[in-house]
Amino acid sequence: MLNLQGVHTFYGPIEALRGVTLDVAKGEIVTLIGANGAGKSTLLMTICGRPRAAEGSIRFDGEDITREETFSIIRRGIAQAPEGRRIFARLTVFENLQIGATVADPGHFASDIEKVFTLFPILRKRRDQRGGTLSGGEQQMLSIGRALMGRPRLLLLDEPSLGLAPMIVKQIFAAIAEINRAQGLTVLLVEQNAYHALRLAHRGYVMQTGRIVLSGSGAELLANPEVRAAYLEGGVHA
Amino acid sequence: MIAAAAPSPLPAALKEAAVAAVVALALAIPMVGFYTVDEGGSLVAKTRFDWVAIAVAAVFAGRLALALWPPAWRLKPRREPAHVAVDGRFTLMKFFGAAAVTVAVVLPFLPFTDRYIIDVATTVLIYVMLGWGLNIVVGLAGLLDLGYVAFYAVGAYSFALLARNFGLNFWECLPLAGIFAALFGVLLGFPVLRLRGDYLAIVTLGFGEMIRIVLVNWQSFTGGPNGLTSIPRPSFFGLPFTRTPEAGETAFHEFFGLEFSSYHRLAFLYFVILVLALITNAFTLRIRRLPVGRAWEALREDEIACRALGINPTNTKLTAFAIGAMFGGFAGSFFAARQGFISPESFTFIESALILAVVVLGGMGSQIGIVFAAILLVVLPEIAREFAELRMVLFGAAMIGIMVWRPHGLLSRRDPSILLPLPKATGAS
Repeated sequence: MLNLQGVHTFYGPIEALRGVTLDVAKGEIVTLIGANGAGKSTLLMTICGRPRAAEGSIRFDGEDITREETFSIIRRGIAQAPEGRRIFARLTVFENLQIGATVADPGHFASDIEKVFTLFPILRKRRDQRGGTLSGGEQQMLSIGRALMGRPRLLLLDEPSLGLAPMIVKQIFAAIAEINRAQGLTVLLVEQNAYHALRLAHRGYVMQTGRIVLSGSGAELLANPEVRAAYLEGGVHA
Repeated sequence: MIAAAAPSPLPAALKEAAVAAVVALALAIPMVGFYTVDEGGSLVAKTRFDWVAIAVAAVFAGRLALALWPPAWRLKPRREPAHVAVDGRFTLMKFFGAAAVTVAVVLPFLPFTDRYIIDVATTVLIYVMLGWGLNIVVGLAGLLDLGYVAFYAVGAYSFALLARNFGLNFWECLPLAGIFAALFGVLLGFPVLRLRGDYLAIVTLGFGEMIRIVLVNWQSFTGGPNGLTSIPRPSFFGLPFTRTPEAGETAFHEFFGLEFSSYHRLAFLYFVILVLALITNAFTLRIRRLPVGRAWEALREDEIACRALGINPTNTKLTAFAIGAMFGGFAGSFFAARQGFISPESFTFIESALILAVVVLGGMGSQIGIVFAAILLVVLPEIAREFAELRMVLFGAAMIGIMVWRPHGLLSRRDPSILLPLPKATGAS
């Protein structure tokens, strides 16, 4: 479904991605783990065309999207819940979800919002509340819900567990598994919380300083001694 | 929690007041301390240091009072409630709005209303309309535009030139003026698409000045600094407001069998701008609920999130500029029709600043707040007219007062564009 071939991205003179090749097949949850500054978020943003890849190609459903504008990439069916959630703070939860549905067919709105409210029941309660007054976990749920309102075929999630309590992280990961299972939605998940991400994902990639250094199934990577040493040290093993 | 014994506030307050007094002294010596008088054809500078002493003493006392003012008495800026009230959600605002419209409609018929009042009211409504127009750009889309007066000028000159050169009447020119202004809005929009905040403000400021300078210098087309005169007055659906109509025409007072009065024309103009302003308001309220209006508000909140949700920021910004400019153009052509004379003098930067002040003081994005702010900013200088040279000082003091007590504007609440009945599951509170 999504295919990256030798992608290089620069921030000015700094090479953030140094030839990344990666595949996401339909219906999969793929996770990308790595330390701070490895280029994980840059990779997600490059898929959305901002910053644009300087070299290499990005294909979605076989079509080259490397040079497209962000909004037209999104209209092809890629949604992103961006890093830092980026909720519209003064707008209500409902309005946030409405804006998420910009690229979707208006006929689906009522059933789509019902699906989001079923997935994250707290959002129904918070419906008329301003986005900026939600807790971090609720904002993350809103960010994912908002992305889902666009009826994407591929969902990009940038560190959904960032800054959240373990309980909430569990809830959010359960929701991601649920949308993948029930709706067959393809997910590319960027995470620092390697343990949870690898348990959830079908496959995973490990990034280091702009390169993919390891890949394999979630279980393989979890068992890999290098991964354990680098990313799961002191983590939960049970 | 019991606070530790706070240090006596008096020394700190005295120090603060002294600093303010020194600043006041430095400002007052050149500005208040010297004045010029005409003595037998030559200007003579005179001094009045007693005034300086009074000013400095007043600043010292004022600052001291402000510093010693018990914190409990201070007005706190209100924050937006997290939850939007469910019962009677917009009722208060709706009531204010309905009351304001009623007063506006009956105003020309009230016994105490005279030419002066109707004239001031018309000016207020021009600023209300300009404020609502600019609010689309600044309040909804969050694009700080310091050159809004350019579109006002484009509208005014469009009407004046079309009417003089092609003999078109006011109603034919109005849509054309709106279209021209919208085109200029797009013209300004394109180069500033990538700019944000301060940079955007500076470029729009420059754009406003450019338009004015072109108007001043393109003598053959715009009449240059002399402006354009004898702009035709709008008629009441073909009935002119003249005492003695030309042959074959019926004047307004003849048609309705009234005594001729120049008040009729003023009242008519007042109703024209009232209707134009109400259309602007209705349009804004409606478009907020449409995808493009929602996209404006989303863009104001977070441009990156907008891109990530498939909103095309280029188109969204350009429509905001174009539609905001269009209403500025409408107001401009009304202005030209009302004055009968326009010159670049009427479209200086201070005008842009005043319109922006209406929007900011009103509370960005608040429709009714803009009405209050426009009334305040037009009527206050009128009242202060009696204080002659202190007029602008009072005006400035009032603005500072508002910013101290209502830093987010008179009415800063943003009402949601949509509220549904509460779901039964959660129950009403």
